[in-house]
Amino acid sequence: MTGSTAALRLANVGKIYDGRRALAGVSAAFEPGRVAAVLGPNGAGKSTLLGILSTLVAPTSGEVRWGDDRLGHGSPLRARIGYVGHDPGLYGDLTALQNLTLFAALYGIADGRRRSEALLIRVGLGDVPPDAPARTFSRGMMQRLALARALTHDPALLLFDEPASALDPAGADWLTRELTAERAAGRVVVLVTHDLDAAAAAADQVVILRRGRVVFDETAASGFGAATLRATYETKTRA
Amino acid sequence: MPDSPAAAPRAPGFLSQALRIAGKDLAIEWRSREVIATMTFLAVVVVLIFSFAFVVEGARPPSPVVAGILWIALVMSGTVGLSRAFDREREGEAIRSLLLTPAPRAAIYLGKLCATCALMAITETVLTGLSAVLFSANLGAVIGQVALLLALGTIGFAAAGCIFSAALLRARGRDALLATLLYPIIVPIVIAGARGTTQLIDPISPDFDGARFWTEFLVAVDILFVTAGLWAFEPIVGGD
Repeated sequence: MTGSTAALRLANVGKIYDGRRALAGVSAAFEPGRVAAVLGPNGAGKSTLLGILSTLVAPTSGEVRWGDDRLGHGSPLRARIGYVGHDPGLYGDLTALQNLTLFAALYGIADGRRRSEALLIRVGLGDVPPDAPARTFSRGMMQRLALARALTHDPALLLFDEPASALDPAGADWLTRELTAERAAGRVVVLVTHDLDAAAAAADQVVILRRGRVVFDETAASGFGAATLRATYETKTRA
Repeated sequence: MPDSPAAAPRAPGFLSQALRIAGKDLAIEWRSREVIATMTFLAVVVVLIFSFAFVVEGARPPSPVVAGILWIALVMSGTVGLSRAFDREREGEAIRSLLLTPAPRAAIYLGKLCATCALMAITETVLTGLSAVLFSANLGAVIGQVALLLALGTIGFAAAGCIFSAALLRARGRDALLATLLYPIIVPIVIAGARGTTQLIDPISPDFDGARFWTEFLVAVDILFVTAGLWAFEPIVGGD
């Protein structure tokens, strides 16, 4: 069930928090089988955009459609979304397997234990002590477990919010490989990051936000070179 | 042909989701025993302090005093439990993962409510036994009615408390705020519980009709608080 042919489309999406505009008239499309990197300086609206895509934040204006369906608060499509943030979104007092089986149960996954064990092996945590609570894990292990948690229900849309922050170079490389694998699985992958090198390595679509507006949105099937992306970013985000 | 992502697996039922969430909280507590130990310790300390103040030369304190001590200890220890009820959701932003699951917000609330009630019930068992011993309270004959009053009071207290605890999830000074906001709301529960308990444990003439009135009053308050909690939880945690 992994992938989907349905694209995610934002039409004139805006968000205002207490009179402060976080997003204004954002229109973009995210296709399955692509990694889209959303870049921009602090306060550009990247996390708000990801919040809207995750359905946890309601847009003030505009709409998000996923294929023929409107994606919003209470949408049943919420169950097809996976989210990996800079915080792991896990229970530190539970073991890795307990965390995954809990979420598998909440998503209604049949044979959740077997799927959880398979995911732990896939993200390289197959040999962690079974009784070790997740809070004893290193930052890199936590991010691996967070990815496994996000994949538990085989989502068609995967959202990443600064997933590589505080990861060591080996961890960041692992994450880039995972992003590539998720693209190959046909998922819609949206990555919010400040790391231009990571974006250049993984993304085939780049969206740059500045002050809540899209100032750049291009797709390059062969990817973006790091130097080209850096030059574009600096040009588009210069005050 | 419709262009939509494939349907997600069928989500478990409402009660099943709620029980999963309650089970998760209790499993975490079983590993650490952190909250239950703190709650029980506080409850025991409160009862011991009052016993030194009110038990003079072995004389049994009046029933209203015993009932008041019992309910004050319950509220104070319950507040400790409530202040931690959503801490585990806040740490590591687990609440976001929980909110992204197909579990209805009301099921999450009900799960947290059940777990809080279970923890409070353990503390209350210790508390009631200790009160019976220290204050020579006449509990034996009316233990069923007292337990019912305590259970109903616990449900109402936890129903209101879980809402405030969730609302204060990201607030600074949330422990102090929780007590400040919660206590005025739960005054009717404490009054009803203490009055009902007083009437039941009176050693001379227990007033069962009076206790029945307060029991029914607590049922009404519980229905009100739980209904309000189920309704209010979504806008509180789903707000952006």
